[in-house]
Amino acid sequence: MQHTPEHPSPQRRGLTAIDGALALIAILLIVQMWLLTATLEGFLAEHREGILPAAVISGVLLVACFGLYRFVRGVDREVRRR
Amino acid sequence: MNPLRNTERNTEQEPLWREEVSIFAADERYVNRRQFAKFLVLTSAGMFVGNLWILIRSWLTGETAWPARPVALVSEIPVGGSRLFNYPGPNDPCILIRPAENEFAAYSQKCTHLSCAVTYAPQRARFECPCHQGYFSARDGRVLAGPPQRPLPRILLQRQGDRLIALGVDLQTERS
Repeated sequence: MQHTPEHPSPQRRGLTAIDGALALIAILLIVQMWLLTATLEGFLAEHREGILPAAVISGVLLVACFGLYRFVRGVDREVRRR
Repeated sequence: MNPLRNTERNTEQEPLWREEVSIFAADERYVNRRQFAKFLVLTSAGMFVGNLWILIRSWLTGETAWPARPVALVSEIPVGGSRLFNYPGPNDPCILIRPAENEFAAYSQKCTHLSCAVTYAPQRARFECPCHQGYFSARDGRVLAGPPQRPLPRILLQRQGDRLIALGVDLQTERS
């Protein structure tokens, strides 16, 4: 089959999927960085009520990042196996 | 035997180095992206550890009990003058000022921006940080100008005859 821009090769599609996942991981990481900065600022200002929710949300974001990483690994293995 | 199944099994059993170091140029892009994703996830784990560290610190430190301690004699400080002392610990520099005859105030001497020592400017009724031109009001410690985001912590004072006693620290976070 001829691969055209409308019908890209599995290699090309895999790269696009991985790039999308990488962009999502980067966005989640930026949110985590902001969260850590805001939590530290609150801790130093004795605003302690937000520390536990921030840690929980940071953990959820880490799990999401790890899930996306597993997706990247899965796509990577599948495409390179072909 | 199905050759495709055979290939799949071989890929599953490939050593780790073959996954990380590809001999095909096309696969190299995949390896780079996967390694970058791994780096991002490890950074994300670092952020989570940072949040956990803050949480544990906040659990361990709890509420601070401030000691009551004499910090100066009234007769030692002229009107418009200042005096340095440490409170609550030996590494917590503070500055005591006397703007009027019967008026005393004390604040932490650490600038809330990057902890440089602030100095008292009585003619302008403010504290000045020489590092980044941060200015705080001498009346209540609030930020007047510059990069600091929080007011200076105020030391709670009580006058007992000629002695000034420090009773605690008001972080004044409701002002920030």
